[in-house]
Amino acid sequence: MFSQLVVNGLVTGSVYAIAAVGVSLVYGILRLVNFAYGDMMAFGALVAYGCNGPLHQSMVVAALAGMAATALLALALDVALWKPLRARRAGFMSLFLASIGLALVLRQALLLAAGPQPEAYRVDPYRVFVIGSVRLSEAQTIAVATAAAAIVVVALFLARTTAGRVLRAMADDRTLAAVAGIDVARATRLAWAISGLLAGLAGVLAGLVEYSFTPDFGFQLLLPVFAAVVLGGIGSAYGALAGGLALGLAEELSTWSGFAGGVDPVYKPVVAFVLLALALLLRPQGLFGRARVA
Amino acid sequence: MTTPLLEVADLAAGYDDALVLHGVSLTAAREQIVAIVGPNGAGKSTLLKAIYGLVRPRAGSVRLAGVDVTGERPDRLTRRGMGFVPQIDNVFPTLTVAENLHIGSLVLPRAERQAELERMLELFPLLAERRRQRAGSLSGGQRKLVALARALVARPQLLLLDEPSAGLSPLAIDLVFEKLLEIRALGIGVVMVEQNARRALALSDTGYVLDMGRNAHSGPGPALLDDPRVVELYLGGSRRTASSSTSTSTPSGMNPPTK
Repeated sequence: MFSQLVVNGLVTGSVYAIAAVGVSLVYGILRLVNFAYGDMMAFGALVAYGCNGPLHQSMVVAALAGMAATALLALALDVALWKPLRARRAGFMSLFLASIGLALVLRQALLLAAGPQPEAYRVDPYRVFVIGSVRLSEAQTIAVATAAAAIVVVALFLARTTAGRVLRAMADDRTLAAVAGIDVARATRLAWAISGLLAGLAGVLAGLVEYSFTPDFGFQLLLPVFAAVVLGGIGSAYGALAGGLALGLAEELSTWSGFAGGVDPVYKPVVAFVLLALALLLRPQGLFGRARVA
Repeated sequence: MTTPLLEVADLAAGYDDALVLHGVSLTAAREQIVAIVGPNGAGKSTLLKAIYGLVRPRAGSVRLAGVDVTGERPDRLTRRGMGFVPQIDNVFPTLTVAENLHIGSLVLPRAERQAELERMLELFPLLAERRRQRAGSLSGGQRKLVALARALVARPQLLLLDEPSAGLSPLAIDLVFEKLLEIRALGIGVVMVEQNARRALALSDTGYVLDMGRNAHSGPGPALLDDPRVVELYLGGSRRTASSSTSTSTPSGMNPPTK
């Protein structure tokens, strides 16, 4: 039972982790809390569904299409919305409100385009892998394997590649990055593209894990993803990875019967927010964030 | 006569509706240290920022090796060979020392980056020991060296330094000023703004004294130190601090918003 919960937690947590890195990258560089991220995830999930369902493409092709489309959406939104706002020196609050507006527009557009009925990818829900005492559905297996690979790729990208270093440098200090000769506008586009790819991937994986999803399911994902970002230290990409995994594990393990009889699964989101509140109280800079010097 | 490395003519700049610089001119050559000194609010830092495109010039021109670069973006100026070391926030704190230098080297062709980085670590042995340490964990003086090395690794022709000694211990100041002489010996032109006017002028080939956003005096650095007018006004000849001597006489010479 316990090991099953750990595995479930890793499945949920890895989806949170991927999405949290996407949110964190953009926040780190633009100080933009992207409230529309959940709906960008839903967009990716729906594009992938369109390829996998009606167009009968394999899940891999569908996921790649969903990721690519979400990256393009992110870049287009930067050109159409965020860049003009930056040029007008929009403050933190204006950007935040703009992202809430964008989230509403995106969500309704997705509902209009795809309809309110739940969709499901063409995976066999009855195919189950048994490893010892742990049972994983095919969708969960795909999700956890893909997510693990994606996390390793993202971590290596940030740590080892020049582009990854540039993004971390931009997150540290945007002005200094320009002083050091970095083309800040180009690096910003790169951040959006990667954030979009991750949103698409996280959306597809969330759709797989939940089995069926509606076009507005992004909003329910948004809050745990934000909790993961804060838990890990806002703006820290490594922190977001750890925060996502920790949050997924905590949500699942809270239902363990050995833990004071366990929490009713309905209250899993509550666990997420109790953790968030505790994190803010005890370690406001997050697990990996650094304390800001005024 | 050859084209000067840096030629600033009648530069005017400011913040919002406060004009801070009212037409400042200066020239700098290769293998030369130029010190810009003056009381608080004279516009020293603003001058540097206006040259480097961090503050938009309202009038005047900046020429680098004969090319007009007035108001050009900082990243482009860095690519053209004008380096800048800010007074504060001058390193990427979560990146290691080596990563900081690597970011600085990105303006070079890919094949030359590693060699240049190694050369910098030779020039700054202190940093070589700490290459894997996060820059944010270093002391103020060590950070200043990281910032210098980060700017130098891009092989600039000209280096702009904003208050290189500010906030440093006396020992660290010695270290930084010593490095400036080494940097000059590399053939690089150095233009620095300094609060520590005595040290800066003693070291410099040319000194400029600014007052209220205008050129007040200029000449060879050590000669300015002996100039009674400069001593009286700005070097606290009668033990007055530089800032208090002007704030009484020039109410308009307020500090520009820093940052």
